[in-house]
Amino acid sequence: MSPASAGAAARIDAAWAALRGVPDPEVPVLSVVELGIVRDVAVDGDAVMVTVTPTYSGCPAMREIERDIVAALEAHGFAAATVRTTYAPAWTTDWIGEEAREKLRAYGIAPPGPAEGTTFVPLRRRRAVTCPYCGSPRTRLQSEFGSTACKAIHVCDACTQPFEEMKAI
Amino acid sequence: MGYGNAPDEPEFGAGSDAPARVVPDAPAAGPVVRTHTSGPGDNALFEYLLRLGDDRLILGQRLAEWCGHGPILEEDIALANVSLDLFGHATLLLKLAAEVEGNGRDEDALAFLRDAVELRNVQLVELPRGDFGFTIARQFLFDAFGELYFAALARSTHEALAGIAAKAHKEIRYHLRHSTDWVLKLGDGTPESHARMQRAFDELWRFTGELFAMDDVDRAMVEQGIGVDASTLRGAWRDRVNAVLAEATLRVPDDGYMVGGGRLGRHTEFLGHLLAEMQSVVRAHPGAQW
Repeated sequence: MSPASAGAAARIDAAWAALRGVPDPEVPVLSVVELGIVRDVAVDGDAVMVTVTPTYSGCPAMREIERDIVAALEAHGFAAATVRTTYAPAWTTDWIGEEAREKLRAYGIAPPGPAEGTTFVPLRRRRAVTCPYCGSPRTRLQSEFGSTACKAIHVCDACTQPFEEMKAI
Repeated sequence: MGYGNAPDEPEFGAGSDAPARVVPDAPAAGPVVRTHTSGPGDNALFEYLLRLGDDRLILGQRLAEWCGHGPILEEDIALANVSLDLFGHATLLLKLAAEVEGNGRDEDALAFLRDAVELRNVQLVELPRGDFGFTIARQFLFDAFGELYFAALARSTHEALAGIAAKAHKEIRYHLRHSTDWVLKLGDGTPESHARMQRAFDELWRFTGELFAMDDVDRAMVEQGIGVDASTLRGAWRDRVNAVLAEATLRVPDDGYMVGGGRLGRHTEFLGHLLAEMQSVVRAHPGAQW
């Protein structure tokens, strides 16, 4: 590896480290990296280009996320940071790792189950979601949409606590 | 018929079984905004993308009308979220359309500076929102179609369009789950909710044929491997609608006269009212920045 490319690799690592410090504005317990929306980081000299993908097509937080990313990179010495948006491959909750899922649970959000296949079965019952507070499976869906598009609202019949679930997509 | 329309909005299908009056909007008077209207033979891909984008733009606007007026807080939020997703799809599709057109217009110009005769949405999505049951019935019919359509569109040979479709498809799946749940709850609910749902489906049915209609634009897109042959989806859509309506104790309306023309810019009088509200700020303050 040439010194130049070794330097580039170190800068890419440094950029990823900076991005791991950027919280998602809607789910601040996770970083944008843990949420899986950072798809690529490339450096060219001083410039760094970050590729992100939105969780949902209508996600209103994307601009804020872009600003946060640029600000974090600038704070870590990357003067010329740009953010590019890509839509394919489409974001999936399967990109959220085990450790991040545990963080969600501890935060009071039931982590997403495995994303469904591409065939849609009408009238199929949804699986019961485990309560993130007491661990009971005796929960029921209150609404498919919670405080944000990516979450549903459930109620636990065991501990009577309402809670949100990050929907699998 | 009491669908809870705003007083300033013409009521849809009021008080009779007669079809809603279909009055194409006259070209707008007053200062002319320079726009270019593409015909079917002009640029099929541009036209096709407008159709896809306009369906979602107009239905997104109809759903947004519920913001602050939902029957319960959760549904207020749910309809606003579905609306946001539809605006997201419309933004991506119209942005692509603008790039294909290459005429200096962007997605905002396409959304906010076209008049009714230039819009290419099906008439189903422009009908007034009605009561919550009517909104849900329409949403279910549209979602059941969209889920099938966008699954197929995700296999388009047009890479950018396939990417948008794959993303949209994931979201349409839970839109459909949401609208299906409510069709079941309201259809198999109280006598009042059942009657309102049945009336909604009966009124909406004649607007469903347009979803599956194919013309030269669609056929050109199918031949190029870009577009979807909607006519082939009708059977699967019927099976799905039949199953859900049966479970909801509702009767599937008989196929009769089907309206059409939205794809060619022929719309009901309701679209003009919708655009007047949606476009008012942009038209009153050209070039204004947020």
